[in-house]
Amino acid sequence: MAEVLVVVEAAQGAVKKVTLEMLTLARDLGEPSAVVLGGSAADLVDRLGEVGAQKVYAAEHADLDGYLVAPKATVLAALIQRVSPAAVLLASTQEGKEIAGRVAVKLDNGLLTDVVTLGTDGVATQTVFAGSTIVKSKVTKGLPLVTVRPNSLTPAPSPVSPSVEQLDVAVADQDKLAQVVDRKVEAKGARPELSEASIVVSGGRGVGSADNFKLVEEFADLLGGAVGASRAAVDSGFYPHQFQIGQTGKTVSPQLYVALGISGAIQHRAGMQTSKTIVAVNKDAEAPIFELADFGVVGDLFKVVPQAAEEVRKRK
Amino acid sequence: MKIVVLVKQVPDSGAERYLRTDDNTVDRGSANNVINEMDEYALEEALKLQEANGGEVVVLTMGPEKSTESIRKALSMGPDGAVLVTDEALHGSCAVATSKVLAAAIAQQNADLVICGAESTDGRVQVMPHMLAERLGIAALTGARKLTVDGSTLTIERQTDEGFEVVTASTPAIVSVWDTINEPRYPSFKGIMAAKKKPLQTLALADLGVAAGEVGFDGATSTVVEHNKRPPRQAGHKVEAGDDGGVKLVEFLASEKFV
Repeated sequence: MAEVLVVVEAAQGAVKKVTLEMLTLARDLGEPSAVVLGGSAADLVDRLGEVGAQKVYAAEHADLDGYLVAPKATVLAALIQRVSPAAVLLASTQEGKEIAGRVAVKLDNGLLTDVVTLGTDGVATQTVFAGSTIVKSKVTKGLPLVTVRPNSLTPAPSPVSPSVEQLDVAVADQDKLAQVVDRKVEAKGARPELSEASIVVSGGRGVGSADNFKLVEEFADLLGGAVGASRAAVDSGFYPHQFQIGQTGKTVSPQLYVALGISGAIQHRAGMQTSKTIVAVNKDAEAPIFELADFGVVGDLFKVVPQAAEEVRKRK
Repeated sequence: MKIVVLVKQVPDSGAERYLRTDDNTVDRGSANNVINEMDEYALEEALKLQEANGGEVVVLTMGPEKSTESIRKALSMGPDGAVLVTDEALHGSCAVATSKVLAAAIAQQNADLVICGAESTDGRVQVMPHMLAERLGIAALTGARKLTVDGSTLTIERQTDEGFEVVTASTPAIVSVWDTINEPRYPSFKGIMAAKKKPLQTLALADLGVAAGEVGFDGATSTVVEHNKRPPRQAGHKVEAGDDGGVKLVEFLASEKFV
């Protein structure tokens, strides 16, 4: 069986969930090999092996972290040419897409983004236009080079002991044009990352103020979820932009989406309507969010949410 | 400093959008076509730089002839002129081919800086700036929520899931921006009148030295096999909160095993 390359996403020494999902998907397509671009691979190898990575390619060179995207793309393109994999999977994150874009140009290879499934025949499923249209598509030039949307499948264990191969990295000046001079972590506490979370609790204009968002955060923490916000809430200054869900913002597809004080404008639905289960609390019975909610409560969120929080605590 | 701003005409994301049933491309015929929202922020950023440092701002669009409507709207915000790359052979082009055409058009402009939106609302693919940088051999500073220019040195704050990265490069470079970077201006009446007289250069593939076979359906590196509208979600159960709305909500969550 041919290799399937999976480009690892990790943060602060931990493998991100989307990587486990991609390795699970890769097992259906061939022999999964994980590719670590930058950082240190040693901490990640065991976790990658748990989900079936037979091999780990490690490219550990300061230039991969010190310069934006280009060096990683060069290393990946060289590896693809050397091992001729059956497919290459990257996460459908900004950087994953950017690396894939450069590789596509380097190898004159087709590229599919925001893929949710990929078959052995190379046919990928994507959802487009705010999740309203399902597209089946295929790379017709080169190998299947796809970026996989987080939360598209459930990762399953398949333990192996990966072999580790260090890759030689020589970064040309051409790839060192955009220098990363600083990285700042902005606190988000212990909450899961928005695009990967199984549960997302979001607040909209109805939350009313930045201070009131504590109510949204508290409910999210009780459920073990991430916090999101509608564009109206972000534009009103209630919550930071990186948590915005919608057409301009993040697309999420969690098991459970809780919409608090969100009317459900098309701009917002674009980012969340592929969620498995949707519940909504809104005082306006005619709010469009109720058209897609599996369960809706018409009422004042400042009464409903604290009561719900109390009820969750009681049941714990 | 000469700045090229990439502007794409897209179907309005506030309305229902479709793929065509005959050739699987974006249906522009039935749609209300508008400037890709994120590109307005790119344009604003370019105009602010021009106000501070002088120079020239040119809009560059690839698309069907009717993109001129969006170009005139973009020009009414203040840029000096525009270039439209349009050619029947471009219909059906994939991202890889599109980057080939745009790179050729940018190279002709001798720009110091290219600014574009971080993504388009139709494809949301986010790959174009890095594809262009790869082809042009220039720096790509992408996903900016802040841009500062000091002579030929550019510095951005790049939004990440964990926080942000500070990334720097020298011109020539391409910068992509998110909608947090500024607040785009509204065109003035004077701007709208002036836009009608601003130069709009139209280029065909032959003007860029790109062969028709390298683009469109013939040159595409990927293809759509089929597409279907997702069945709309069914509205579920809706209850009045009454005195125990929160309890009812948790009972539902418990029945679905979330609590």
